[in-house]
Amino acid sequence: MVEKISTRESVGQLLADLGEEFEDLVVLGGDLNKSTFSNIFGAKFPNRFFDFGPAEQNIVSVAAGMASAGKIPIVSTFAVFATSRPYDQLRVGVSQSNLNVKIIATHAGILTGEDGVSAQSIEDISIMSALHNFTVIVPSDSIEALQATRAAIESYGPVYIRLSRPATPVINKEGFKFILGKGNKLLEGNDVTIMACGVMVDLSLKAAESLKGMGISCRVVNMSTLSPIDEDIIIESAKLTGAIVTAEEHYILGGLSSLVSQVLSTNIPTPLESVALTSYAESGKPEHLFEKYGLTSEKICESVKRVIDRKKS
Amino acid sequence: MEDLINKTREIRRHILNMTADANSGHPGGSLSAVEILTVLYFQLLNIKSDDPYWEDRDRFILSKSHACPVLYATLCEAGFFPKSELKSFRSINGILQGHAHIKTPGVDMSGGSLGQGLSFGVGVALSAKLDDKNYRTYVLLGDGECDEGQIWEAAMSANHYNLNNLIAIVDRNRIQNDRWTHQVMDIEPFKDKWEAFGWNVIDLDGHNIEELIKGFKIALDSNNKPTVIIANTIKGKGVSFMENNPDFHGKAPNQEQLINALSEIDSH
Repeated sequence: MVEKISTRESVGQLLADLGEEFEDLVVLGGDLNKSTFSNIFGAKFPNRFFDFGPAEQNIVSVAAGMASAGKIPIVSTFAVFATSRPYDQLRVGVSQSNLNVKIIATHAGILTGEDGVSAQSIEDISIMSALHNFTVIVPSDSIEALQATRAAIESYGPVYIRLSRPATPVINKEGFKFILGKGNKLLEGNDVTIMACGVMVDLSLKAAESLKGMGISCRVVNMSTLSPIDEDIIIESAKLTGAIVTAEEHYILGGLSSLVSQVLSTNIPTPLESVALTSYAESGKPEHLFEKYGLTSEKICESVKRVIDRKKS
Repeated sequence: MEDLINKTREIRRHILNMTADANSGHPGGSLSAVEILTVLYFQLLNIKSDDPYWEDRDRFILSKSHACPVLYATLCEAGFFPKSELKSFRSINGILQGHAHIKTPGVDMSGGSLGQGLSFGVGVALSAKLDDKNYRTYVLLGDGECDEGQIWEAAMSANHYNLNNLIAIVDRNRIQNDRWTHQVMDIEPFKDKWEAFGWNVIDLDGHNIEELIKGFKIALDSNNKPTVIIANTIKGKGVSFMENNPDFHGKAPNQEQLINALSEIDSH
């Protein structure tokens, strides 16, 4: 049985630990602090924890002000409320000023499930990657989420980290080392490279396993940093396997598929197939939504076969 | 006092010259705020022009960032950069952007999208409290800017966190981009709104230097509340054909208008 841990709970606990190490760390919440687990930090450091209620425009601009005064503000709320709602504040107030604000968003994507389309951020990777200076990270599991959070706080500059609501499979092994801005090769293979982020990395590994039984050898790369994207590993993968499949729990435009396509078409035109959302979803249990909206290892396998056919033709 | 009045004349000349040179920019809402910035920069703010990022400095946040000509004119008079830089206003490779940007020495916040400065000021004021520092945070808002909902999110939070080290000034010139504020969106009863949000409110003549100095003194003595100074001003103040004229919100004087405007400033 694969162990499942929630990235939001792990990171919530970590922030409380990092509070001791980084005395300038402050956490800003928007009345969702039990759900984001930032209440753990709040209980430990009540003087460095600020709730603003659901007023996300205010939260982001306050964070910019605190960063300008030397603090390391963490904005902690749901992905939809942390990105599209205060986008102008992120753009003018944080990105254009290159201020040291960290957006740690939970409940991203359709994994958030029953709350429905308004709560399901499927555009956040796209719009956050469009903000110059922002680093965008989509961790594949709780181990990576912890290391990415530490790396974000240790480095200067605005960062967006995308976390999920439910517990998700732990895929990284002991000794795993997250490197900001670098893709991580999990499996070597010759016929195709599957590049994935977030929970889709687990499904890509499962797809690779079943394709192995059919004689198809897959390289699997975890692209947890979306911006700036690791061009080297994309070009290397294209050279080695000649075919790419991307897999993401995000809308098909502006996310991993678009970012990888741009690198490929500029440097080494290579057949590419995408597994991603092509519409808004609806309310439902995450596993049912993944099935209905095509985010499955079977869909990844189909894309792999299609892209290999294209490579041959 | 005479020195301060001379400063206001010098700053008004810079505003007119800069916008005329650039053939764009926002003279009206810059001219209305001249006395406010003059009192702040030459009477109140604890700043070092040779160390613009000094961490204990008082902060001045220009939320109505389109009025950056008055900020640039004041900063150069205060020694943050040479007067020759004013020629580069709104020009490529210059340091003086069309709306204030944090990269300019002395500018504490990047603006250009209305409504964000008071929140930014809340963040700075909270940080000062956390660090046990005595510096103050001043935020200049436009009256038209107060149509933005975020202003009121910030106002609520400043009171919630007892930010007596935060002082907002509203340049109440009663004209916004298109028309008079009461025609675009009536913000009255304005004083009552701030009081309902838990703020000390001081209502004064924003062109009267003595009143401004007194008003800031009262604000600085606040025990537990943030203070807003509603500075009643005249848009385009100092140039008769610009005064109370919405056309000069976002339009620069032409060469003939510049000559007339400068001679009016000199004769006052």
